[in-house]
Amino acid sequence: MAKNIMIVGVGGQGTLLASKILGKAAMDSGMDVKVSEVHGMSQRGGSVVTYVRVGDEVYSPVIGKGDADVILSFEVLEAARWLPNLKIGGTIVTSTQQINPMPVITGAAEYPPHLIDDIRALGVDIRAFDAMKIAEEAGSVRASNVALIGLAADVLGFELPVLRDAVAACVPQKALEINLKAFDLAVKLAAE
Amino acid sequence: MKKLLLGNESVARGLYEAGVRFVSSYPGTPSTEITEFAATYPEIYAEWAPNEKVALEAALGAAVGGGRAFCGMKHVGLNVAADPLFVAGPTGVGAGMVIGVADDPGMHSSQNEQDSRHYAIAAKLPMVEPSNSAECKEFTKIAFELSETFDTPVLLRLTTRVSHSRSPVELGERVEKEIEPYVKDPGKHVMMPANAKKRHVVVEERLLKLAEYAETTPLNTVEDNGTKIGIVTAGNCLNYAKETFGKNASYLKLGLLNPLPTKLLLDFAAKHEKIIVIEELDPVIENHLRTLGIEVTGKDVLPLCDEYSEELLCARLLGEEPDYCEVGAAIPARPPVLCPGCPHRGVFYTLKKLGLRVSGDIGCYTLGAVPPLAAIDSVYCMGASISTLHGTEKVRGEEDKCVAVIGDSTFMHSGLTGLVNVVYNGGRSTTLILDNSITGMTGHQDNPLTGKTLMGEPAPNLCLEDICAALGVPREHIRAVDPNDLGALETAIKEEVAAPCPSVVICRRPCALLKSVKHNPPIQVNAEKCVGCRSCMRLGCPCISVVDKKAVIDQSMCVGCGLCAEMCKFGAL
Repeated sequence: MAKNIMIVGVGGQGTLLASKILGKAAMDSGMDVKVSEVHGMSQRGGSVVTYVRVGDEVYSPVIGKGDADVILSFEVLEAARWLPNLKIGGTIVTSTQQINPMPVITGAAEYPPHLIDDIRALGVDIRAFDAMKIAEEAGSVRASNVALIGLAADVLGFELPVLRDAVAACVPQKALEINLKAFDLAVKLAAE
Repeated sequence: MKKLLLGNESVARGLYEAGVRFVSSYPGTPSTEITEFAATYPEIYAEWAPNEKVALEAALGAAVGGGRAFCGMKHVGLNVAADPLFVAGPTGVGAGMVIGVADDPGMHSSQNEQDSRHYAIAAKLPMVEPSNSAECKEFTKIAFELSETFDTPVLLRLTTRVSHSRSPVELGERVEKEIEPYVKDPGKHVMMPANAKKRHVVVEERLLKLAEYAETTPLNTVEDNGTKIGIVTAGNCLNYAKETFGKNASYLKLGLLNPLPTKLLLDFAAKHEKIIVIEELDPVIENHLRTLGIEVTGKDVLPLCDEYSEELLCARLLGEEPDYCEVGAAIPARPPVLCPGCPHRGVFYTLKKLGLRVSGDIGCYTLGAVPPLAAIDSVYCMGASISTLHGTEKVRGEEDKCVAVIGDSTFMHSGLTGLVNVVYNGGRSTTLILDNSITGMTGHQDNPLTGKTLMGEPAPNLCLEDICAALGVPREHIRAVDPNDLGALETAIKEEVAAPCPSVVICRRPCALLKSVKHNPPIQVNAEKCVGCRSCMRLGCPCISVVDKKAVIDQSMCVGCGLCAEMCKFGAL
């Protein structure tokens, strides 16, 4: 199995934890893996992306245009921003959450409407879910990142129990129950 | 046991396994986590120094004192530490000493793109560069061996993508190194001309020995895949090269960047029809090959600017473009912004309102340059806010129209001497010290003003007011205000800017992201009172938007700092 996975979102949304979980799942599956993160300035509410590359032998830590099998998106605009990185035939799993960037807030730009429909109209397999609602149902909106992983479980390429164990190993102990619940709810919802 | 480690985490593991005893650094993306992870090993004493020069000198002292030592910094930190760097070569070390320097091709979090390999050449020091997390650990350990074998500091060069990517690492055990006995040796360590002349000879002889070592070192490796294309590369560029060419090229990967080998390169070149050099930033390897008379493809097709990628190499070297799709709509940019509740927001709002020229500095508060606040006129390097403003004021006057803005950690790093310069030379600049009780941008590190050390020990609580007074700023012109009290802040700035002497306004409120900071409930909008005047929007707060001519506050993001309520003349917030 070789998978190029991108996790995209807005600084502060918990993309780093999501990439840690996928990295752990890859290690536990006996695969070579590279996870590339962004630290520093862009974390302050900027557009952030992490790359998770899994395979027999992985060299580059980043994923270029047309090279991602899966894009896990925490925010709709970010899914559209990074769409060019998706492989033709790849899958986007996105939260329906929308966060206005500063140029939109100040009125200098418009948040494009119907982005999910636009992406779908290009023939892209895009699956949109209210990940925050699932997380809330599980007990905390902060578990949205884990919910998103659950929603994408069938396209990420890991055995489900391996992925679930990776979630358990990476989330803070006191939030374990909520996160596992969010994961299970998400997996179930995605299968429906 | 194999673990998935961040490159920086793996360097720290290397320090642990190499028996390192002493680490001193100043935080700087992408190098910060090396020192943070090093501090988690009880066997290692680790500290934050006020700046990189102090850190490097402390590490040199530790190594000369007989314990293996490390200091880490980002590329621009090495500029600050260049003075001791150039003298540590001639003196040599004692126990091993390694200097970690993380370059930032692509400037993910930096004010310039700089190739630290030039420092290794200029200071005549060996430099090693890993290409993944496993090598981060191994090369760190080898660097200490080199340092002791050749009695020299060794530079460990990293780049953002190596520092900040995770890959599998096989963990080893720590090999304890006893403190070596101290031997007084002024001929080696007192660098006055008579001694330094002799030590320069030592440096040149050492460099020759290192050049010999470069021909056979296991740090340089060859992967033979036929005679058609030979790629010479180093660090993370090897990864991009392998993704691009796979088994269709042979690779000479240079793990030792200084000195570069000669015979090894000539032999490799002779075996291949075409030689391609793939290196980010400057053509250091390429120029060396050209001086050896080897014809290469390099910067003639590959850029000097920005980081490389597989995509770039495919396009430039193979002429292959990827297939992809994109939406037709324009995607608005999402630049980083000051966080909800950020104590810097009120400062930049006020400076903009007063129409002051703002000499900025390095930290989160650099984001005060981003619209709609757009209050900052200039940002150069650590500490430059105060010193550049002084120069501008001396030629233009207009002291009542400008201020310097600097963070608490940056002030301790290199703002102190700038302020002394203002006082000494009869300047009358106003300096705003944004004291948010932490080093913010690099992810919350303690500093000499936070009352705590890297290892969590209590530290003396240095008082900014006392420091400024000791530097000669008149007591009555050193004021502390809460930057969220917009009225008091504006009054303080107006009065101090008008003062005919050096003055300091300390804007004191802890970073909103600190766990110890208690937040108020989110601000509510009274839609009946809101007239849609957009006054609150001038703060550039990511929580506030206007929908159908009414302010809307994102309840999930708002931390109730109340600045917007201070802006609202209609009591709607």
